Amino acid sequence: MGAIYIMWLRQIKKYWRSKARIISSLAQPILFLVALGVGLGPVFQKAGDGNYIQFLAPGIIAMAILFTAMFTGIEVIWDRQFGFLKETLVAPVARTKIMLGRTLGGATVATLQGVVVLLISLLIGFHVSNWAYFPLALVFMFAIALFFTALGTTIGSGFRDMQAFPLVINFIIMPLFFLSGALFPLNDLPGGIVAVTEVNPLTYGVDGLRYCLTGLGHFSVIADILVIVIVAIIMNVIGSYAFSKIQV
Amino acid sequence: MADNIIIDVNGLTKKFKKITAVDNVSFQVKKGEIFAFLGPNGAGKTTTIKILTTLLQPTSGRINVNGFDPLHQQADVRKSFGIVFQDSSLDDDLTAYENMEFHAVFYSVPRDLRKKRIEYLLKFVDLWDRKDDFVKTFSGGMKRRLEIARALTHHPKILFLDEPTLGLDPQTRNHLWEYVMKLNKDEGMTVFLTTHYMEEADKICDRVAIIDHGKIIKQGSSRELKQATNTKTLEQAFLKLTGYSIRDESASSTDIMRQQGKAWGRK
Repeated sequence: MGAIYIMWLRQIKKYWRSKARIISSLAQPILFLVALGVGLGPVFQKAGDGNYIQFLAPGIIAMAILFTAMFTGIEVIWDRQFGFLKETLVAPVARTKIMLGRTLGGATVATLQGVVVLLISLLIGFHVSNWAYFPLALVFMFAIALFFTALGTTIGSGFRDMQAFPLVINFIIMPLFFLSGALFPLNDLPGGIVAVTEVNPLTYGVDGLRYCLTGLGHFSVIADILVIVIVAIIMNVIGSYAFSKIQV
Repeated sequence: MADNIIIDVNGLTKKFKKITAVDNVSFQVKKGEIFAFLGPNGAGKTTTIKILTTLLQPTSGRINVNGFDPLHQQADVRKSFGIVFQDSSLDDDLTAYENMEFHAVFYSVPRDLRKKRIEYLLKFVDLWDRKDDFVKTFSGGMKRRLEIARALTHHPKILFLDEPTLGLDPQTRNHLWEYVMKLNKDEGMTVFLTTHYMEEADKICDRVAIIDHGKIIKQGSSRELKQATNTKTLEQAFLKLTGYSIRDESASSTDIMRQQGKAWGRK
């Protein structure tokens, strides 16, 4: 237990201390909220879908979580290159525990980031329809965060250097985000896109989060929570395996 | 295994895809001894340490560390040693104290002992007044001292030092060896080290083994090696045994990464 806790604590401390990183990782979601939310708002309205900020904010919260979670996961590469990973791997602690502590820490940080984006979107004009669902929204945020931290760790375990970063941004993060229903409603889409969004786990995370915060959802909230929690667990098992195979 | 033997290696071999990094190596280290592996770059020193410390699995051979088998009794072996790696394994974004604390928790040092030991060890390496500073503000020598202090937090029986004085100034090197010798004398701690600095090995080691191309060429006390090769210094003996050709080691991914890290403004 101690080992998991101290790994978790380390992630939190590192996050809290890198103020520059917190601010820069908030800049992107805010830009999306303002540029897209305000810029495309009138078009969205004319199409008869209502307030775009109201639709967009949950998607952008998920985006902030996606980025932060992925990067804290993939930072296992930094730990490896700057040597700290060795310190943990020669210690008499099971690798599963090390991985779990890391993932829980990364997921906590990503969830916090999501909450901050929620607060900012409230300032921009987003309003939560029913605060009673907020705890469930937190569950969704945490599940999304757990999934992507574990995915990041899996990828990070396989790479030795930074080459992985641009690859991950262009071929994983961006497609997952754009094809998740974060930016546009899933109704009336061409079949190809529908198929892609339906196999994207983030779709269910975004949908569930949107339901909790605004009362609007595409799938049922039960389906959302089941899918995102189950894929998060599976991803963590895969991540543990990948992490246990690291050789330094 | 005799009672006074703490590390026992028999016919250890480690093959990577094409190369044999360690080739049928056998040696023993006695309890309370300072033992060194000397060898040119790429001789197999670090690979051997990684195998002894459970980080790599051997291709074949029998090993015993403090009475345990690194292959099947990983946790017991891991509790038995402390290690200072060739390059830093500290977390730069944490303070010196936090790095120590992290280690203590990972090695299940009881809470009431933790504070006392950390304070004692940080004072021992003269870093107590810097305990709340981030490690990224430390010089190379300070980091190395902190790593030694950290490696001792769980009172290991064996201390592994992989080129602990590389890149340090003579003052720090002297200081560092004083700590190590004091620990060895006062606590009877066994020390297994690798180094390129022959005078240092000559001064502090009870026995050395000269290793090249994955094989141990000769082992014994420094005096024995000098006698056997009919040379005056350990360095001459070393060169006579391993030859004068220069070994190239390709830049590791770590070196490349560090450069990129700098470019990305991370360090």
